[in-house]
Amino acid sequence: MTAETIIQSLASGLLMGLLYGLIAVGLALIFGLMDVVNFAHGEFLMAAMYATFGLAVFLALDPLIASPLVAVAMFGFGALIYLGVVRFAMRAKTNVGMVQIFATFGLAIVMRGLAQFFFTPDYRSIPTSWLGGKTISIAGIFLPTPQLVGALISVAAFAGLFFLIKHTDFGRALEATREDPGAVALVGIDRNRIFALGWGLGAALVGLAGAVMAMFFYIYPDVGASFALIAYVVVALGGFGSVFGAFAGGILVGLVEATTAMILPPSLKSVGIYAVYLLVVFVRPRGLFGSL
Amino acid sequence: MDAASFVQRRRRQLALAAVVAIATALIPLIVKDVYIQNILVLTLMYAALSQSWNILGGYCGQISLGHALYFGIGAYTTTILFTKFGVLPWFGMLGGGAISACIAMALGYPCFRLRGHYFVIATIVIAEIALLLVQNWGWAGAALGIEIPVRGDSWLKFQFTRSKLPYFYFALVLASIAWLVTWWLEDSKWGFWWRAVKDNPDAAESLGVVVFNSKMGAAAVSAFLTAVGGSFFAQYVAYVDPESVMGFHLSLLMALPAVLGGIGTLWGPVLGAVILIPLTELTRSFIGGSGRGVDLIVYGTLIVLISLARPTGLIGLFSRQRKAAAR
Repeated sequence: MTAETIIQSLASGLLMGLLYGLIAVGLALIFGLMDVVNFAHGEFLMAAMYATFGLAVFLALDPLIASPLVAVAMFGFGALIYLGVVRFAMRAKTNVGMVQIFATFGLAIVMRGLAQFFFTPDYRSIPTSWLGGKTISIAGIFLPTPQLVGALISVAAFAGLFFLIKHTDFGRALEATREDPGAVALVGIDRNRIFALGWGLGAALVGLAGAVMAMFFYIYPDVGASFALIAYVVVALGGFGSVFGAFAGGILVGLVEATTAMILPPSLKSVGIYAVYLLVVFVRPRGLFGSL
Repeated sequence: MDAASFVQRRRRQLALAAVVAIATALIPLIVKDVYIQNILVLTLMYAALSQSWNILGGYCGQISLGHALYFGIGAYTTTILFTKFGVLPWFGMLGGGAISACIAMALGYPCFRLRGHYFVIATIVIAEIALLLVQNWGWAGAALGIEIPVRGDSWLKFQFTRSKLPYFYFALVLASIAWLVTWWLEDSKWGFWWRAVKDNPDAAESLGVVVFNSKMGAAAVSAFLTAVGGSFFAQYVAYVDPESVMGFHLSLLMALPAVLGGIGTLWGPVLGAVILIPLTELTRSFIGGSGRGVDLIVYGTLIVLISLARPTGLIGLFSRQRKAAAR
């Protein structure tokens, strides 16, 4: 193994890691806002991938053009899921955590069923796109263009999200609601509205990730499951609820995965990610950047 | 509630369980259809598994979504001992249970310091690592698994090719044992420790409950029973492969009945399994045939509706004292 191949794999790992961060950040955002873990998060990703696929096949829209549309559609979808399902799950007086887990888990199964109903269980891929299958060479390292552009989109999305949280009224309302949902009602902030917008934002971010993933990954009804566990690990590794944690956790997971793939057979590449998660939480039970 | 009526209530539970078990034992006299008998066996098996899960997840409040690991250990231990060393499945069953209990405590040692979602994800991740390792373990058949050779019908080898009834009665005994263990533990000092740990670990610790040890105890009992269920399943289907005895779906199928029926209650897992498992099987057979996912849509919708409508589980519908059920 030469130094070049090591750098090559680490570079691809970094790109993938930034995408993992983008997939996971919606989960972290929603958890930070209202302590709910969305067990249908992987299925949100799957829905976004099919939406991108649909726009590419039926309207001949390139995934790059489709990505903002998909994000907007997913924003509406996320808000709707909050208002239609999660809002009721939060009313439970006892077993709140369990109700949320199983309500969103049931939703995940329904979404998989719907995907199978409309698209059959076949593996799909977008046949041609501007970036699909192309590579760029930077200083002798070859990088797949879709992943590179996806990583840049991820960095931009994180930057935008930090700005939104720190410097806008909506961000401040979000921050205040996560601190004390009861008190914000006293200053005239509608808690339900903030939660719905939070779900919308979380879904829009994973929607963006889905549009990028659709450029280079197969699309099938269970595709979300393969990424959901990675997303949970990313979020927990970074510390539940921390947006920066999701960013850092994503990069770490991408690099660990690439490193494991160099040492162990490819079928075991996830073992490295899981082992690092366990190591981190055994030392720091709140993840890297989680608050108590 | 005074002590006398408490004792009376526990005796009533025991009597009710006896009636339910006897009534269940009579079902195969009426139902001869092999397809339905298969659903009955699976329902009893998941009732037992979910009851075991409930000891750790429900009573002690440590939500594990990695119990497929113990199920898999049970299934693989029996199968490997039988096919490679000729050891009778009964020894494999107990051995698998013992190994699982030890592994549960070894894993519990670092994991029980974690709380909430960090703990849940740790359980998922550990089971996934084990699954991936077994999938790459050539000696144990890797991803293809191991077939258990047919050596003729006998209780000694726990193999029956002509009838499902022996499996049915074994599953019934297993479910009854799991129920009895829970019934007994509920009123033991362990039961009280677990409820204290679940409600408020810090307060329990300050009152002298050794939180860590009581979690370890719950994990060991729960893992032992789950592994016995896994051994049974391996004998029943005469085949083990990593995905079908260690997959994540199994962990969910052990937790779901308890949650739907009533988590941390004596009858919740039984009720949940009686509703959920036939529902799963029937939707799959009758509306899943098209391959278009309608079964998933129906099944998922029901899970959403039940969890929203009855947050404390369906057991609340039967309880005269709803407060007691919600506790």
